[in-house]
Amino acid sequence: MKLSFSVNGTPRTLDLDPRVTLLDALREHLQLTGSKKGCDHGQCGACTVIVGGRRINACLSLAMMHEGDEITTVEGLSGEGLSVLQQAFIEHDGFQCGYCTPGQLCSAQAMLDEVAEGWPSHVTEDLNAPAQLTQAELAERMSGNLCRCSCYPGINAAILQAAGTKAADPA
Amino acid sequence: MRPFDYSRAADADTACTAACAPDAAFIAGGTNLIDLMKLEVLAPSALIDIGHLGLDQIEEQGDDLRIGATLTNAELAADHRVRRRWPVLSRALLAGASGQLRNKATTGGNLLQRTRCPYFYDTDTACNKRNPGTGCSAIGGEQRNHAILGTSEDCIALHASDMAVALRALDAKVEVRTAGGSQRRIDLADLYRLPGDTPHIETCLAPGDLITAVHLPAARGDRQQYRKVRDRASYAFALVSVAAVVGMKNGRIDHIALAFGGLGTLPWRDPDIEALLTGEVPRTALFERAADTLMRDAEPQDGTAFKVALGKRVLKAVLTEVTA
Ligand SMILES: Cc1cc2nc3c(=O)[nH]c(=O)nc-3n(C[C@H](O)[C@H](O)[C@H](O)COP(=O)(O)OP(=O)(O)OC[C@H]3O[C@@H](n4cnc5c(N)ncnc54)[C@H](O)[C@@H]3O)c2cc1C
Ligand code: SF4
Ligand code: FES
Ligand code: FES
Repeated sequence: MKLSFSVNGTPRTLDLDPRVTLLDALREHLQLTGSKKGCDHGQCGACTVIVGGRRINACLSLAMMHEGDEITTVEGLSGEGLSVLQQAFIEHDGFQCGYCTPGQLCSAQAMLDEVAEGWPSHVTEDLNAPAQLTQAELAERMSGNLCRCSCYPGINAAILQAAGTKAADPA
Repeated sequence: MRPFDYSRAADADTACTAACAPDAAFIAGGTNLIDLMKLEVLAPSALIDIGHLGLDQIEEQGDDLRIGATLTNAELAADHRVRRRWPVLSRALLAGASGQLRNKATTGGNLLQRTRCPYFYDTDTACNKRNPGTGCSAIGGEQRNHAILGTSEDCIALHASDMAVALRALDAKVEVRTAGGSQRRIDLADLYRLPGDTPHIETCLAPGDLITAVHLPAARGDRQQYRKVRDRASYAFALVSVAAVVGMKNGRIDHIALAFGGLGTLPWRDPDIEALLTGEVPRTALFERAADTLMRDAEPQDGTAFKVALGKRVLKAVLTEVTA
């Protein structure tokens, strides 16, 4: 089946079996191997990409479901140089093996937009107050991205620096 | 994954008609269906993508809300009206899955998500729900994420949705469009079926029946709470959850609706508990009786025995807080 979508600003057309997931389309058919396959079942977040501004698990979506969509992968996060978020991950040692990192980056990038739009989270005390990016909020909002190297302190510090926020509650 | 035909439905009529083909299925967010198709637990012959039918709207109808079937769980949880007037729904949604999954998961798909019983997922084992008549590996096997209420000798699978628990406490109704083009509205309570000796039949929907929206009446209580207990702090299914919608008047419980997750083969509600509590002054002894009533017909297995005590404690904690 024919499929056209935009990946990192470039229009792409593919001819795919309907069984191909968005993740496999990106990795195997477009050679964009930044997005990683950890579990292939929505349980780890390594495959996180941004579709129409929202983060999703590319492993639990069929490529065919994305006709006409605008997709951003980790390869599309940087412009001339690294993005503020990517730079912050380096400064704060936000990774060890790096396998979860593309997913962490895409997830964090879109998560910061959710916060800017005032979306609440499970740990938000007042559903109707503006969202604050505390350590607890960060842990909850990024819980869809696991890191087997447990680099969470570095990842959290990097995201907070990129958000230009100082954690309201330490620890 | 087995081969299938994929089509993007242009309108609801085409979608319903196409879904009448043998083994055809609607696909919305795909977060449950694709998971199960990868494991070949499900092998639909055709997928009808309902993501572009314009069913992703949310509209006010007087004091009520009509929630489109393909609106994402994330958008629904963040909706300002829901946050203000139906906070128990926002809370239940935000307690489920992850940020990424909620951006994909839809209202209709969430209601119709399949159980997380590990044997249902493992095609090498016997399972009456996956393969009718083969037996139930969970009974006498390993249990944890299983039901203790509404179970049968043939299946003890849990309904795993958090959202559906809040919707039951809120007396939500489901709008369904049939392949013939007719519409009907059913109480969420009537959407689901107890497993009995046909655990593979989970709802009253017929082939081609499309959920178009969920109808949410004005909440009858302004004190609302969703409490979820799970194995880790986030990104895990409920061991026990309680949704409470309560109105107090002159120190007494004027109205109360309670629904439970993690306990039932369907999103659980028990009118006897509500009758016991209505009109009463909140007090510990009363809450003890409510907890005993909830568990009076519980049929736990070795692996789920802990849910009796846990369920009672969570209910008492919620009642204490929400009536304070
Ligand atoms: C790792 C993980 C963790 C999760 N944790 C939680 C959790 O903590 N709490 C929780 O509640 N859920 C959880 N979920 C489940 C998640 O909420 C569901 O997968 C999701 O809600 C399903 O919605 P969907 O739109 O993706 O459905 P789909 O996968 O598209 O569809 C599911 C089923 O519904 C049918 N269907 C969909 N829409 C319609 C319609 N409009 N009319 C008729 N039939 C329809 C499909 O044919 C299919 O049978 C988790 C899932 C994963 C993968
Ligand atoms: S509990 Fe139900 S879903 Fe699980 S193995 Fe038994 S029959 Fe299958
Ligand atoms: S690979 Fe998609 S969530 Fe793990
Ligand atoms: S850096 Fe190794 S998994 Fe996260």
